[in-house]
Amino acid sequence: MTRKRILLLIFLLLIILHQDFWNWDNPQLVFGFMPIGLFYHACYSLVAAGFWTLVMKIAWPTQLEEWAEGKTNSAEGGTQ
Amino acid sequence: MGRRKNQLSRRRHPVITVTVIAIYLSLLLGLALFSKTLFRGTSKDYFVASHSIGPFMLLMSVFGTTMTAFALVGSTGKAFGTGIGTYGLMASSSGLIHAACFLMIGIKLWAIGKRYGYVTQIQYFRARFDSKAFGYLLFPILVLLVIPYLLIGIIGAAKTIEGVTMAKGPHPGVFPEWTTNGAIPPWFTGLVISIVVLTYIFAGGSRAAAWANTFQTIVFMIMGILAFYLISDKLGGVGAAMEQAKDTHKVRSVEGKAGVSQLTFLTYMFIPLSVGMFPHLFQHWLTAKSAKSFKLTVIAHPICIAIVWVPCVLIGIWATGQLPTGTNPSAILSIMVAKLVADPLIVGLVTAGILAAIMSSLDSQFLCLGTMFTNDIILHGSKKQYGDKQILLMARGFIVAIVIIIYLISLILLQQPKQHIFSLAVWSFSGFAALTPLVIAALYWKRATKIGAYACVITVFISWVTFFTLSGFGGEFHVLGGITPAAIMWFLGAGAMITGSLASPVPSEKTIAKFF
Repeated sequence: MTRKRILLLIFLLLIILHQDFWNWDNPQLVFGFMPIGLFYHACYSLVAAGFWTLVMKIAWPTQLEEWAEGKTNSAEGGTQ
Repeated sequence: MGRRKNQLSRRRHPVITVTVIAIYLSLLLGLALFSKTLFRGTSKDYFVASHSIGPFMLLMSVFGTTMTAFALVGSTGKAFGTGIGTYGLMASSSGLIHAACFLMIGIKLWAIGKRYGYVTQIQYFRARFDSKAFGYLLFPILVLLVIPYLLIGIIGAAKTIEGVTMAKGPHPGVFPEWTTNGAIPPWFTGLVISIVVLTYIFAGGSRAAAWANTFQTIVFMIMGILAFYLISDKLGGVGAAMEQAKDTHKVRSVEGKAGVSQLTFLTYMFIPLSVGMFPHLFQHWLTAKSAKSFKLTVIAHPICIAIVWVPCVLIGIWATGQLPTGTNPSAILSIMVAKLVADPLIVGLVTAGILAAIMSSLDSQFLCLGTMFTNDIILHGSKKQYGDKQILLMARGFIVAIVIIIYLISLILLQQPKQHIFSLAVWSFSGFAALTPLVIAALYWKRATKIGAYACVITVFISWVTFFTLSGFGGEFHVLGGITPAAIMWFLGAGAMITGSLASPVPSEKTIAKFF
């Protein structure tokens, strides 16, 4: 499995994890002030930032900039 | 004598707040004059800042543009009505989906725009689908969808200032003789905000907007955190503030008007796709100096969203323990700030932060409408050669016309007893989100044709008008037990794109070679 496919799978997993139905009616407060349903999604935002950092390192479209400058002829390499 | 002195002191309280806001607006105009010194006088510099914006300013301007009255005023009001589900509905999903759109759509469009010199979406779509008429179809629809987005800015600013300057307790408000509640009237706030934004757009176009957005984004992020700290402190700390809030708002289960259904929560994931089709974001993307400028925007966007939305949602939940249920949702944040933060100086600073968030979106939207009108309607197909000065004059003239129209509509809407900024914004976002199959197909599907493009846009437009009408023109609306219309419109648009494309001849070799 290529790295890009793994990233796609992680992306799909993150979409599923966004639907945290297990927290739906949980009134528990984290640190005594933060409802757990809100705390989970705040953490989710940080995880999303981590995921995009990983994507930048692994799947950055390196050839796209050269194509934009007119140095190469195919845009497809840049979109991978 | 003593009584008179006491009355004057009470009058001075909101006057200090208004003075702070006035100083902030003056600073903004000063920044506009500074950015004017960097303006190169060409139409390319006016429309896309000559592709010179680096990573930090791109992050701040893109983030500032996406976070409008919707993020600060709307999120607090929505959390006041719905509870913690507000964050998951729009903020955490946006952290994932917005960044995906920046990466998969934004960078690609930047590259195409830079290579072929496009400054608007319509220029790209016309070339990609080899159809001049397509632009005349898409232009009015994009303008129509931007209008609710602009309206929430004006309404949000007007309601915020009204909430802050109105009579409260011993304070009679800023103008007790002028208005019944002593507040600065909404029509006046709308007028001032429109003029300030117009002034700095006029001064330096895209570059001025990027500078102003960077400044304003920093201001509203800091002021949001300050408001959060001061309000929680006044309520006895974050724990005590949460204890006073309604229990129904600390979970997502539906009880009365609070909570959100799982089906609605799931289908709301389609709404953040809207950033892929926002014309003002397209223009911001094109200001980037290089593709690498996008890296920081993609990574930091989810964190910036959390920094702004978590405090706002918490303030909205705390407000359920402080304010009556029927309070205008658009005024929750300003009322909480004015009621709980006693220092008029701080109230002024926080209010300036709210206005900053609003204006940092209004400027880009006004600018993009002027850019589209000039390039896609006037200059497109024109046999006459226009100079840079004439082009800039046309862009500015259209912006003024749009501002006047938006301002007049906002005056009508401000007469309504309640304005739900969140719902109105969601309608705008839903329309743009439903159009994303168009841009995705254009960028990644060689087989996508102009017939598919026409079918997609017409289908989305008809379905949007239908749902918008059924909602009572801007109210909260779900179908089939909780599905948000954006999801249905997206699938209809995608279906029309695929069917129309497959039913028509493949694009020419020349077009495919140009874009793939």
